[in-house]
Order: sequence, then structure tokens, then C-alpha cells
Amino acid sequence: MQGGPLDQLIKRLSSLPGLGNRSARRIALHLLNRKDTLMLPLAEDLQQAAEKIRECEQCGNLDMRDPCSLCSDARRDISQICVVAHVSDLWAIERTSSYKGLYHVLGGVLSALDGIGPEQLNLRPLESRAALPETQEIILALSATVDGQSTAHYVADRIAREGLRITHLAHGVPVGGELDYLDDGTIVTALKSRKVAG
Amino acid sequence: MELWQDQGIVLSARPHGENGAVISVLTVHNGRRLGYVRGIHTQKIRGTLEPGSLVDARWQARTADSLGTFSLELSRGAAAPLLGEPLKLAALQSACALSDAAIPEREGGEGVFQGLKALLEMLDSDIWGEAYVMWEIALLREMGFPLALDRCAGGGESTDLAYVSPKTGRAVSKAAGEPYKERLLPLPGFLRPGSVGEDGKEGVLEGLKLTACFLEHWVFAHHTRGVPEFRRVFQQKIEKSLGFSDALTLNNAHG
Repeated sequence: MQGGPLDQLIKRLSSLPGLGNRSARRIALHLLNRKDTLMLPLAEDLQQAAEKIRECEQCGNLDMRDPCSLCSDARRDISQICVVAHVSDLWAIERTSSYKGLYHVLGGVLSALDGIGPEQLNLRPLESRAALPETQEIILALSATVDGQSTAHYVADRIAREGLRITHLAHGVPVGGELDYLDDGTIVTALKSRKVAG
Repeated sequence: MELWQDQGIVLSARPHGENGAVISVLTVHNGRRLGYVRGIHTQKIRGTLEPGSLVDARWQARTADSLGTFSLELSRGAAAPLLGEPLKLAALQSACALSDAAIPEREGGEGVFQGLKALLEMLDSDIWGEAYVMWEIALLREMGFPLALDRCAGGGESTDLAYVSPKTGRAVSKAAGEPYKERLLPLPGFLRPGSVGEDGKEGVLEGLKLTACFLEHWVFAHHTRGVPEFRRVFQQKIEKSLGFSDALTLNNAHG
């Protein structure tokens, strides 16, 4: 029933995140049943994306051009750089439309367990950007995990200079969170970072 | 079916597949155990897998010698209050990495667990650095490498102790050690018999250098990966905070 290309297709699909063999088989069949309307346009889109999307040399974002549309947007505030671990984090912040500065994508966080050291991260361009006189604030928007915050401390150490404000995102009670359901650690952190009311 | 419930401290978590992780937990009655955890990206479990988390663990497996599966409920997260403090965070990572690497799987008694639990509680105190060094000395003892710091290896006196022999792990008095002081390790003040209180970061650094020597030459002498990277980073951070080292370097070596 199955030939080489179909097996290959299923194998490739099943290597995608969130997909196992069964889902990959269903997707392969779905695509084959809609060759003209879905499979061929999808193949074309994939090829276009592979050819045209590249990593911005300045910030590490993914875009069709280099520097990316965020780095080359004259309306953005060049005095702020928000440091994130992954492009998906950048997208999450962009979705809020509340930040108008520039970004820098590290490409991960330091993790001795996974063998990720500073050399694997996009750190050198960040050092150069942080040293520019127009850069006034670096926002470390890394995850509130041990690895994420260890990376934040390490990055802060590397880029610190006089006149540069280094900030990090607040940790504490999430919007919609009820204290009764929060873990002790989150409550302790929220208490430590409390603000004056009003 | 093998099944037990115990209190434990999460030491490490390595992603396994898309939604799972193999975690290492130091338990009260079952030693250091490995097990698989499902659904690591869910809101409920995410914070639980941070190193140092105190958990109620339920482990089950088809046979006693298989990997098994953990179900965890968080009792107290050790990392959250320390996230903004680089040195304490490094100490937490170092303690968990050392326990993970030094204690063989299914080994480690209640003393080891209680020692680590006490250290995690002390990390929020003023004498956390001294507590960390004392914890490493206790870990060395639990691993079968006790240091004898209460009396001089030469004359037997318990006063005026100033050095430790890197060969025997025994204390040496100032007078007896003077001719060999270049080859001996300094004994920090807070580890001398009868001393009380804190000793400052310099004393903590001396203590870390002391225990590092025995960790490297005794406990991890035959480990292919050597002393965990997190331990080295912690000592470097203390050195840097005292102005002894300009740049913090990290290796890519696995912890």
C-alpha cells in the first residue's frame, strides 16, 4: 500500500513538534486528498519560506529582510532593547502592542545540563548594541526559571556599563490569579516585589 | 507493580521527548531516584520541576528496577525567592547539581535529604555562604570522605588550627603547619572549633576552595565529567563578587 515517498512524508511529518506517527499519517492522507488546493500550495510556501526567511544579523529575529522589519522601523524607540530567549517570545511581546523598542533574540538560555554555554547564544551582537551611546535601557525578558534568571544575571554582568539601565520583567501574581491557588514561591516573589498602592 | 510515596527534592530535569522529562529526585526514604514525568509544559507542573523544589512524590513502575513514572505535588519551591539574587541562585544550582552527580541512584539516606533541605531553607538567611560550605563538608562525610577539622593531625591540639592537609583532610595547627603552609589549604575561621557566626565572603571562598579540592580529588576523581560545572560557576561568582576575577567564564561541559 505504501511506497517510499509516502513513508518519507509520514516520517518527516512525525518529526514535527506535537505530531506522532498516527497524526502524521492522518495529515499525509489529508494532504494527498487535497493535492491541488492544499498540498502543492503548502509545498510552495515551505520552499519560499526556506529560501526567503533569514535571521536578522542585528537582533536574531526571523524576517524576509536583513536587518529585519523591526530593526529597520524608524518609528521604534532605539533607546530600549528587549532581550528574549526565542523568537516566539518576541512574537508574544509584539502581540501586546505595548512595547515600541527594539529586540534582541538570544536563541536560548544557558543550561549546563543541556550543554548550552555563552558561545551558543547570540551574545556578542548584544554586547555591541548595548555599548552604543543611544542604548539607554536593556530589558531582560527571560523566563522566571532558574535557567532563565541565571542567564539574565550572566547577560547583565556582560553588558553592564555606566549609564545603561538594566531591568527585568516583574515576577509575581499573574492577572486573573487567585492567591489561594498560587504556589508559595510565587507569593514570596510577589511580596518581595510589592509596589506602593495608588 | 512497584509503588511508593515519599517527600523529595527535585535535583534536575532533562527533557525527554516533547512533553516529558526524566527527573532526579532526592527522597527521604528511597534515596536519589529517577523517573519520567509527563506533561512538563502544563501550568500545574512547570514550576515543580525547578531545582530545589520540595515535592510530595509518588513513584510507580512495573518492576522495581525500571525507570518508573513520577507524579509530583509541589510543597515548596526553593528557587522563586532566589531568582533575583545571582549568588544564592548559583548556590542552589550548585547544591542540586552536586547532589545529583555525587549521590548514586537509589542511594542516599535521610541524613542526605535533611541536610539538603536544611541548606535550601538557610539560603534565605545571612549566613547562607557558611551554611553552603558546611553542607558540602557534610556531603563529603555522607559520601565516605569525612574531613577531620576539630584537632591537629600533628599534635592533637584543638586550638590555633589554621590549615587542612589536602592529602588527608585533617586540620593542622598554625605552628605545626608553618613549614608546609604553601602546600596546605587555609582553614576558614568559621570552620575552626568553637567559632560562631559569619566569616564574610572571603571565609566562604576559602571554604569553597577547601571543599573543591576534596570534591575533585576524592568524590569526583573517577567521574568522567568531573565536578559539576555549576559548582565551578558558583565559586567563580563568589570570586568575582570579591573582585578576584574580572570575567565569569562558563564552559559548555555538562553539569
